[in-house]
Amino acid sequence: MEAKQATAVKYDMEVVRWFTIAAAIYAVVGTLIGVYIASELAWPFLNFDIAEITFGRLRPLHTNAVIFAFGGSVLFATGFYIVQRTGATRLWSNGLAWAIFWGWNLIIVSAVITLPLGLSQGKEYAELPWWVDIAIAVVWLMYGFNYIMTIGIRKTSHIYVSNWFTMGMIIMITYLHVVNSLAIPVDWATSYSIFSGVQDAMVQWWWGHNAVGFYLTAGFLGIMYYFVPKQAQRPVFSYRLSVLHFWALTFGYVWLGAHHLQYTALPDWTGSLGAAISLAMIIPSWGGAMNGMMTLSGAWDKLRTDYVLRFLVVSLAFYAMSTFEGPVMSIKTVNALSHYTDWTVGHVHSGALGWMAMVSFGAMYHMIKKLWGVEKMYSESLVNVHFWLATIGTVVYVVAMWVSGIMQGLMWRDYDEYGTLTYTFVESVSAMHPYYAMRAIGGAIFNLGAWICLYNVVMTVRTASAARSANAVPSNA
Amino acid sequence: MSDHHDKLYSTKLQDKTERSTLLLFVLTAIAVAIGGIVEIVPLFYLPNTAMCQNDPTCNNTQHKDLQGNVIPMDKIIWNPDTSAHKTLADWQPGDGVRPYTALETAGRAVFIREGCFLCHSQMIRPFRDEKDRYGHYSIAEESMYDHTYQWGSKRTGPDLARVGGKYSDEWHRRHLRYPRDVVSESVMPNYFWLEQKPVNVERTVQTLKVMTMMPFNPVPKNIYTDEYIAGAVDELEGKSDLDALITYLQGLGNHVKFEEGVNYRD
Repeated sequence: MEAKQATAVKYDMEVVRWFTIAAAIYAVVGTLIGVYIASELAWPFLNFDIAEITFGRLRPLHTNAVIFAFGGSVLFATGFYIVQRTGATRLWSNGLAWAIFWGWNLIIVSAVITLPLGLSQGKEYAELPWWVDIAIAVVWLMYGFNYIMTIGIRKTSHIYVSNWFTMGMIIMITYLHVVNSLAIPVDWATSYSIFSGVQDAMVQWWWGHNAVGFYLTAGFLGIMYYFVPKQAQRPVFSYRLSVLHFWALTFGYVWLGAHHLQYTALPDWTGSLGAAISLAMIIPSWGGAMNGMMTLSGAWDKLRTDYVLRFLVVSLAFYAMSTFEGPVMSIKTVNALSHYTDWTVGHVHSGALGWMAMVSFGAMYHMIKKLWGVEKMYSESLVNVHFWLATIGTVVYVVAMWVSGIMQGLMWRDYDEYGTLTYTFVESVSAMHPYYAMRAIGGAIFNLGAWICLYNVVMTVRTASAARSANAVPSNA
Repeated sequence: MSDHHDKLYSTKLQDKTERSTLLLFVLTAIAVAIGGIVEIVPLFYLPNTAMCQNDPTCNNTQHKDLQGNVIPMDKIIWNPDTSAHKTLADWQPGDGVRPYTALETAGRAVFIREGCFLCHSQMIRPFRDEKDRYGHYSIAEESMYDHTYQWGSKRTGPDLARVGGKYSDEWHRRHLRYPRDVVSESVMPNYFWLEQKPVNVERTVQTLKVMTMMPFNPVPKNIYTDEYIAGAVDELEGKSDLDALITYLQGLGNHVKFEEGVNYRD
């Protein structure tokens, strides 16, 4: 995987270090906002009659914080780390990488300011104002250019599989973000999509599902294909399976967005096509999950002692679970029940917490040790504590949403013996209360793990820096 | 992999692809483009997608009545040229889908700003329970002027696609100000503070203009006439965000007069 001459290569790792620290911070912030808005749904007094912190305004901040701030920082950190190491080369431009770091964080700051102020384009996961959209496009293209040029100057003959996935993500997110954000500004704060109704719905879910499929899946599969073999110290189980995984995923994932629009005013064929391809996607998704898991074959005993490996393996289990659940939910009869309910929210979080965040934490712990040149984290047992908090938090969250989602779906469609609706809508709302409370608790457990991670990261970095300067003193003396 | 650079592990094409940055880039760029093109592009020309542009037949959209006769499109989409009611002010529920009035446009902006769509859908599905709870299923034409569609994806609260006329203005006012005064189990935030916020007149007028400039389904100039846009200021002056939001909600879902037994989905 890595070229033999790697020892001779100087890498540009300072920017990777900064992105890694940023990721650890944003993991705390993003999930903390999530816990807060989850609590607002359970206990609405928490809105405190302050416009800026109402659910409707904080929810976009939560999704943007976890997707763009946390997810983005992880992707940039791991992307720049992997592309250098697998290509045995420095970055094409270290300066451009720094511009990306500051540009991206500026975008995050503008999100933190504009979203609570109510600047929203009204599209899920694409709420940010039009001028931030332009900034995102610019920084993203800078990233894509730097990344692909770095692949171009690699010293190895083959491009490693992680980089295929990341390249797929870079290209697809460019398409998605540009097309979905096409809008005419009214003034600096407001703009409206050039699409309307049916066309806008399809474009939005083409974006919405592929933000998940490429940004949160392809990009993180790139992470998986590098860090699982590295941490397990074994080669990827099957190279051919990874080839299949990549091409099937890049070609297939794109079609799935339509399954969000079953039984809507969209023509039926579109949703059905989306559902059919969704079902087919079980094959590459499970192929990829198996490929990651089987990389451990013959090394399963490492799970007893290697906490980082635990994160990576459990993330693959959640990846497999979510990529089975998703296709099931896209089947029309299931979707008729699950759509508009908390089941969807649960599904997203089994992917976002169980897969994306877990694989990120695994990769971050692995990288931090390498980046700061330490053998162990400040506390390995805190890594274990974090692992269990993250796992338990995710399970509590997802189970709460399964129960509430299916219950909502069943209550809404229930008829009594006289042929009238059994429940008013608000009866379904009050029936959700215990599950909304349970969801908030699950999220809080997960968030506590993120705090512990941040503490552990900070202490590791401080210890490593102190050791370095302590070593430096005698040589100067 | 790095030890045997000459050995072929898959196909020749794959081997060639993963040795060439450019080839990998091009093939990936093609692979990820296909699905979106197949699913999105037809929605701009197939029938029953409400892509009307300046085409009065609206993309050959054909809904047929029980005798098999095509329902004229101007029964579904309001056309001031053929309708008995010629202006937005004269328009009556059942005249067909129309763009929003100035005050509704301001209310819709509040709806988007406050993230209402995150908990309230505006898309009724063709199921018995949704018909009983919310009314007739939604059709494509009903959101053709919704630049940034508001179908939503989650019902923490009920669907609003046909909430117009269901409750009185006074009910909405009380409910929006303090939801739990009206529905004790509600988890909606209080929005009494919308009453203190005057409508953004300048932005709303500019929004009307922007809606006539849209490349897809713009509002026809014979509806948003120069006189209408010029007169919008009077409609908006002195109104609060809460007034605007209530007006928007009261206009939702009553545009089309649906015929019993007609299948509007094919």
